[in-house]
Amino acid sequence: MAGGASDTVVRTGRVSRFVIYTVLIVFCIYYLLPLYVMVVNSLKPLDEIRGGGMLSLPQTWTLAPWGSAWSTAQIGIEATGLRPYFMNSILMVVPAVAISTILGALNGYVLTKWRFRGDTIIFGLMLFGCFIPFQMVLIPMARMLGLMGLAGTVPGLIFVHLVYGIGFSTLYFRNYYAQFPTELVRAAMIDGAGFFKIFQRIMLPSSGPIAVVCIIWQFTNIWNDFLFGASFADFDSQPMTVALNNLVSSSTGVKEYNVHFAGAIMAALPTLLVYIVAGRFFVRGLMAGSVKG
Amino acid sequence: MGFLDIKNATKSYGSLQVLHETNIAVEEGEFLVLVGPSGCGKSTLLNMIAGLEEVTSGEIAIRGNRMNEVRPAERNIAMVFQSYALYPNMNVAQNIAFGLEMHGVPKPKREEAVRDVAELLQITKLLDRKPGQLSGGQRQRVAMGRALVRDPDVFLFDEPLSNLDAKLRVDMRTEIKKLHQKLGTTIVYVTHDQIEALTLSTRIAVMFGGYVQQLGTPKEIYDDPANMFVAGFMGSPSMNLFPAKIAVANGVPQAEFTLVDGKTGALPLPNPAMAEHDGRSVILGIRPEAITDLDGADRNSKAIHQVEARVEVTEPAGSDTFVVSEFGSKEITGRFRADVVVKPGDIFPFAINMDKAVLFDPETENRIR
Amino acid sequence: MTQSVSARKGSGDWLREALPKIVLSPSLALVLIFVYGFIFFTFYLSFTDSRLLPSFGWVGAENYDKLFSLRAWDIAVNNLLVFGGLYILICCALGLGLAILLDQKIRSEGFIRTIYLYPMALSFIVTGTAWKWFLDPGIGLEAVVQSWGFTSFEFDWIKNRDMAIYTIVIAAVWQTSGFVMAMFLAGLRGIDNEVLKAAQIDGASNWALYRRIVIPQLRPAFMSAFVVLAHMAIKSYDLVIALTNGGPGRATELPATFMYSYTFTRNQMGIGAASATIMLMTIAAIIVPYLWSELREKK
Repeated sequence: MAGGASDTVVRTGRVSRFVIYTVLIVFCIYYLLPLYVMVVNSLKPLDEIRGGGMLSLPQTWTLAPWGSAWSTAQIGIEATGLRPYFMNSILMVVPAVAISTILGALNGYVLTKWRFRGDTIIFGLMLFGCFIPFQMVLIPMARMLGLMGLAGTVPGLIFVHLVYGIGFSTLYFRNYYAQFPTELVRAAMIDGAGFFKIFQRIMLPSSGPIAVVCIIWQFTNIWNDFLFGASFADFDSQPMTVALNNLVSSSTGVKEYNVHFAGAIMAALPTLLVYIVAGRFFVRGLMAGSVKG
Repeated sequence: MGFLDIKNATKSYGSLQVLHETNIAVEEGEFLVLVGPSGCGKSTLLNMIAGLEEVTSGEIAIRGNRMNEVRPAERNIAMVFQSYALYPNMNVAQNIAFGLEMHGVPKPKREEAVRDVAELLQITKLLDRKPGQLSGGQRQRVAMGRALVRDPDVFLFDEPLSNLDAKLRVDMRTEIKKLHQKLGTTIVYVTHDQIEALTLSTRIAVMFGGYVQQLGTPKEIYDDPANMFVAGFMGSPSMNLFPAKIAVANGVPQAEFTLVDGKTGALPLPNPAMAEHDGRSVILGIRPEAITDLDGADRNSKAIHQVEARVEVTEPAGSDTFVVSEFGSKEITGRFRADVVVKPGDIFPFAINMDKAVLFDPETENRIR
Repeated sequence: MTQSVSARKGSGDWLREALPKIVLSPSLALVLIFVYGFIFFTFYLSFTDSRLLPSFGWVGAENYDKLFSLRAWDIAVNNLLVFGGLYILICCALGLGLAILLDQKIRSEGFIRTIYLYPMALSFIVTGTAWKWFLDPGIGLEAVVQSWGFTSFEFDWIKNRDMAIYTIVIAAVWQTSGFVMAMFLAGLRGIDNEVLKAAQIDGASNWALYRRIVIPQLRPAFMSAFVVLAHMAIKSYDLVIALTNGGPGRATELPATFMYSYTFTRNQMGIGAASATIMLMTIAAIIVPYLWSELREKK
């Protein structure tokens, strides 16, 4: 979906256009409402929320819930706020995204430009790996991480995300490189370039767009993951999503809704930012995961 | 032994054989064109020479050295691709120099070589541009420059003109020919365009169905086709091929065939040896330019014969008028002078130059000599 | 252009020949071990007496027998059918409807699209948190409407055993329907305008145009949407955890949450493995034919 120029031949009258715009705006409100709720309620004192004012703007504006969510709120047993977990997520996401993207690019290059018997089957195997319910790998993975000495650590999570991210990054690069003219590779071969030289000098310089798509996709997926984080992390290596859930669902004490909302926005902010800055690529990534080619 | 030797080379994908045993010896400085319809095996053969496809059996040798196991980069060849295959992220100078760079040529030498080639091809002004900013003809030149700069033993061209518009194609054709005459390099050139093949080559290999149907000079291929495929494929409009029967009248062999009004036409065959085929069914092949109006006939030929036939369609084409009739229930086309007065339905004398007529066996489709 | 550069034997240069495969092999090894090896391992565990830890005492199909007789599993499967069915149906209906409306030369289409799609960028935990408190009768929608004076207004689905599963549908549809809209919009943009013009000249009304010409051509988009949504529904875990944590009671238990709690908190690893196996097979039944057809087309 490249966006922009809609060119439809269907003609609509004045009244129906009014109806169409109304419906579209109503749905804008529907999609924006939860975000609005999160933002306004993260900026007001708790008693304003309790008084049934969830939809109203704050009477007293306050940043206290944000401060609390970031650095003092009780997560599990410690009152550290979400800050250390935010850092965990960053430490987890950056290497996992980088490595899976690089491997995906190399795999895509091999699978399109150095084809061999059975390559489609290998690709199919990798691709199917993206769709399995991860419940199926939780038990052995927990053991394997233990054996590798990575249980309950951030590197362990990096490894898990890397392994299950390869399928998608390979998919992106394979589909992209399949459109890349093979004659260029042949020309470079005749010019004397080898496997890695061709990749580095011919393929990589043209891979910008797909690299962006792949990075965004992997970043969003890994940042937003909950299952692996909940299964394989210790208290001090938990990612943001798990910490947020702990914050929200802890049953002790007063429920600080405003702090919860502030925390939720913090967890959402990185991916939301990516979406706003590079929405075009984000959508392309989503689509490539479903309707291929 | 030639300069580039293709010896018993074959290519198979699994059980599918796409190139049958092929033998071609290309001399140094020769311009060999591989021509045929798509799927005939010509590009496969070129890729085998380049080393981009493996040779299933047989041998490719350059300067007497077996090349089968040698990587493309080390065969000292250069190739111009159909899509030009210019590296989109490099400018023209970098594109041309890339091969030298990969072969470890030092920078000053590379720059000098690029300058020389750019001058030769008149693309000096374009050196800083990216391929995306070039026109089709300019890209074509850059692609040739990239090949030339390597100073290879053999140049390979894979349908290099097929992405250009008609006029530019003619211009570039001339230019490639000039370049060949100037540099005297050995070229193997693949095309599906038989006019390109005839105009450019010193020798042509006509290919079809994975076989080389005929290998010869353009004149041999055109005047003396080995079989009906070559006869029909080379030349435009293509050669008229229609069924006839050999009959001997007064000791002279002649070809008899039905005309459109049910009458029988007869054309004497200049080769007396044909008398021994008395009664045999054949396919008679006559090129359009050998079927003319009387005044347009070749005065040097001693075998101009007349057939009165009804004109079906006339197609004025400016320089000539093509006149369509029917011989032996097949449509045939004659090439008449432009100002001849003829209209559909006329019974008109067709002058036929039997010196240029060829006979084929209807079963094997091979020449009867 | 699908043909590729076939590898060339450099004079006895084995390494150069094998390089592409060497580059691919670490990824392949990871996938073979951590996807297929692990699938096999879990599959094997589902036939063992594993409880707190994996153990290898073979018990045949006993875990499956137990699983199918468990009320909790029954509830989870039923919930999945209700949730999955409604989720796919509503997402498709909403997605198609919005896509058609957005395809009418709408001013600031890009802006509206951005709004419809942003939930997809969020974590299900964030979505769950937002909806959890928004649907909470004590402070959310119910309290708000009551504070406006409609004191008899009630909306307590999230606390109501019979209705809680529908709150999962609401939140999940909110998160994904924009994405389905984008898929259908891409499908609509791919339809040849000349066909539509021809139909109009034939006298088709807008309604007939969409029903007879456009929607039938969106079949591939429907297929993709179905596959994506179905596999998301089966894998749904985070949203339930964040929104209701499976409750009230077991009212919103899904196979994914069932598997997790049986394996890791109830120490019934054999049964957990059996439930995971069932999930995998269900997803495979949907995904494998889809991937098969996609990869075959590419050839």
